[in-house]
Amino acid sequence: MSNRPLFNSGHTACAGCGQSLAARLVIEAAGPNTIIVNNTGCLEVFSTKYPETAWGVPFIHSLFENASAVASGVEQALIAQGKKETVNVIAQGGDGSSSDIGLQSFSGMLERGHDILYVCYDNEAYMNTGVQRSGLTPFDTNTTTSPVGKQSTGNWRPKKPIPEIAAAHGIPYVATASVGYPQDITRKVKKALSIKGPKYIQIHVPCPLGWRHETALTYDMGKLAVETGLYPLLECEFGKWTSRQIQPKPVEEYLKLQGRFKHLLNNPDALKQIQAIAESNIQKYNLKVQASA
Amino acid sequence: MKEFLEGSLAIAEAVKLCKPGVVSAYPITPQTHIVEELASMVANGEMKAQCVNVESEHSAASVVLGGVAAGVRSYTATSSQGLLYMAEVVYNFAGLRLPIVMTVANRAISAPINIWNDQQDSICLRDAGWIQLYAETLQEAVDLHFIGYRLSEDKSIMLPVMVCMDGFILTHGIETIEIPPQELVDKFLPPYVPLYKLDVENPMTLGPLVDPDYYAETRYAIEETQKSVLDLLPKIMKEFNSVFGRSYNGLIEEYMVKDADRVIVAMGSVCGSVKDIVDELRAKGKKVGLLKVMSYRPFPAQAICDALKNVPRVAVLDRALSLGSFAPLSSEVRAAFYGKKKAPKSIGSYVIGLGGRDITKDSIKEVFSLMTKDKQTQFIDLKPELLKEKYE
Amino acid sequence: MFGPLVCKPGSSRNNKTGSWRIGLRPKFLKTNCIGCKMCALICPEDCISGEGKNTFDVDLAYCKGCGNCAVICPKKDIVMVKEEGVKE
Repeated sequence: MSNRPLFNSGHTACAGCGQSLAARLVIEAAGPNTIIVNNTGCLEVFSTKYPETAWGVPFIHSLFENASAVASGVEQALIAQGKKETVNVIAQGGDGSSSDIGLQSFSGMLERGHDILYVCYDNEAYMNTGVQRSGLTPFDTNTTTSPVGKQSTGNWRPKKPIPEIAAAHGIPYVATASVGYPQDITRKVKKALSIKGPKYIQIHVPCPLGWRHETALTYDMGKLAVETGLYPLLECEFGKWTSRQIQPKPVEEYLKLQGRFKHLLNNPDALKQIQAIAESNIQKYNLKVQASA
Repeated sequence: MKEFLEGSLAIAEAVKLCKPGVVSAYPITPQTHIVEELASMVANGEMKAQCVNVESEHSAASVVLGGVAAGVRSYTATSSQGLLYMAEVVYNFAGLRLPIVMTVANRAISAPINIWNDQQDSICLRDAGWIQLYAETLQEAVDLHFIGYRLSEDKSIMLPVMVCMDGFILTHGIETIEIPPQELVDKFLPPYVPLYKLDVENPMTLGPLVDPDYYAETRYAIEETQKSVLDLLPKIMKEFNSVFGRSYNGLIEEYMVKDADRVIVAMGSVCGSVKDIVDELRAKGKKVGLLKVMSYRPFPAQAICDALKNVPRVAVLDRALSLGSFAPLSSEVRAAFYGKKKAPKSIGSYVIGLGGRDITKDSIKEVFSLMTKDKQTQFIDLKPELLKEKYE
Repeated sequence: MFGPLVCKPGSSRNNKTGSWRIGLRPKFLKTNCIGCKMCALICPEDCISGEGKNTFDVDLAYCKGCGNCAVICPKKDIVMVKEEGVKE
């Protein structure tokens, strides 16, 4: 806790909420000279319920999909006032508001080259409205709109590759992060804010309620997702991709602790498919720690 | 200085004189020339503003919302489909009490797609809490931008303003317009001082979640503020007159209404045509008049009642409609007289000029001669032969 | 006339989320603590503070009892214990 908390206690996030942790790490890394523009979602709802706000920095919430566009306007206004050099602008949203409904304004912001950091808090579903699937919901996840049933093993589509989509815009910095690696979040936010231009960081934030895991395992969930290869930690600086190396663990270790994947545990074929996704990530992003010669 | 200008270019001149810091708009016919001209002015260094070429109207409105929230006067313009696309941002603006002037080049709404003038677009958003001012002439359209910012940014108001001008008729019409010098505009329009803004020196949270315990009062506050505009706008118009020498009432304009026994009520450029017909008929001894409504929101109910209470027959022209019910302007004019002892014997409702169909002198004369007591909205200039389509 | 529109910093502290706990709360043993600060770092409520070994403790007015601190402490110096019945 600091003298002037930038993200204060008393917010109404669920116990163990990964997003509240990540949001605090992000703003603490950015510092008090930051303006936050937030989409509608869990974070906005639990941190700014009138008359209470958890935020110690200027904050605006407009609509569900337009944080990127509103942030663009804020950034331009700061430039018009000659203040942009000393003030960070961070646009934020969940996976739904960033990758689905907000994809258009996000792409526009990246294409126009604004000096804005966009942070996506990826809890892999529309959590605020009750755990409906989003474009970033992983394959075979049980959500309320991709439910498990006699004819379904859950979400039938893979995650939308938003980091690659962002990088394809030619922006100077893209990264994925996880609350399982909190200092890494801080490092990546600080690095991003030191670069001029549009930046994108996607942070994996476990959701005890939506994922149905123990509230005490938020940090562990984050770590396991990375360690199984299901959530690679990547950085793309000026088009060059690097990744954090792992000693891959079997995906069951991650899946078995979450109610949303419970239906897979006695389904060897489904498990093989998830493992294949992990293997594919490990190959594609060169995640495996190479044995020293 | 008097210039012979296309309407859109005149609007761009007016916006330049208002010195916005952030301009963002998405092209849509018939607003395109305004935005192109502003972009050209910035590119030539004639105007100092951040021009943001966005990927949709929703984002255009969001960009200027961010700009205003961060403390900088901003501007956008749109039309028809664009206005509908940004509809949720439009409501957001009023709800967040952020001031702005937006030019709406009135155009019909799809489907079917039609790029020509009627007023369905802005009327469709009459409930959003914006102040809506309708221009009859290019000069009015230009002046309403200065007036719009002055009114919008007034500390007691802080509501966004839509300046509505008929698409093509006013945006692409060419007239002689007085473009004032910068000094006069600066005299009338002070720099924007926000009520609250995004400022690291004084952090606050804008746009929080507001539950049932708190929401109703925010709406009531906008309603009361709209009412106060009915007093403030005429005062601002007096100020405008003293600086620029052009006089507007602000809420309505009475054209030969005093002794008229038949009056047409209308908004927008059609008023110019109606004035011509009034002159023509008056020369023949007919006692007719026009009541022009300039401020549609807030709706000047009292001013309309005072002007028309002794007029036996009134006809309201609507260039828009509320499908399934009474036409918008006519229903509000009728509602204004509810419970009043002195009221016209008949207030007819006529829908005219949809989808850019020209409102001819003959149509206006037809309305003056009709002026029935019929409650139902009547369509003028309808082509019955087009209603015979059959789809199997 | 305006109405409820803006929130000021610090106002969330009026909401004592410690009342949310339904059984367990963290107890900081302050015996083997090495001052790694991981507990303070990952607390979603930002209600753990301290400066140096064996000084870290929780503000029970805000602690929701999630238990992450107990899981993450490398020295197992934080344990989740039953609520004593008397709320702070």
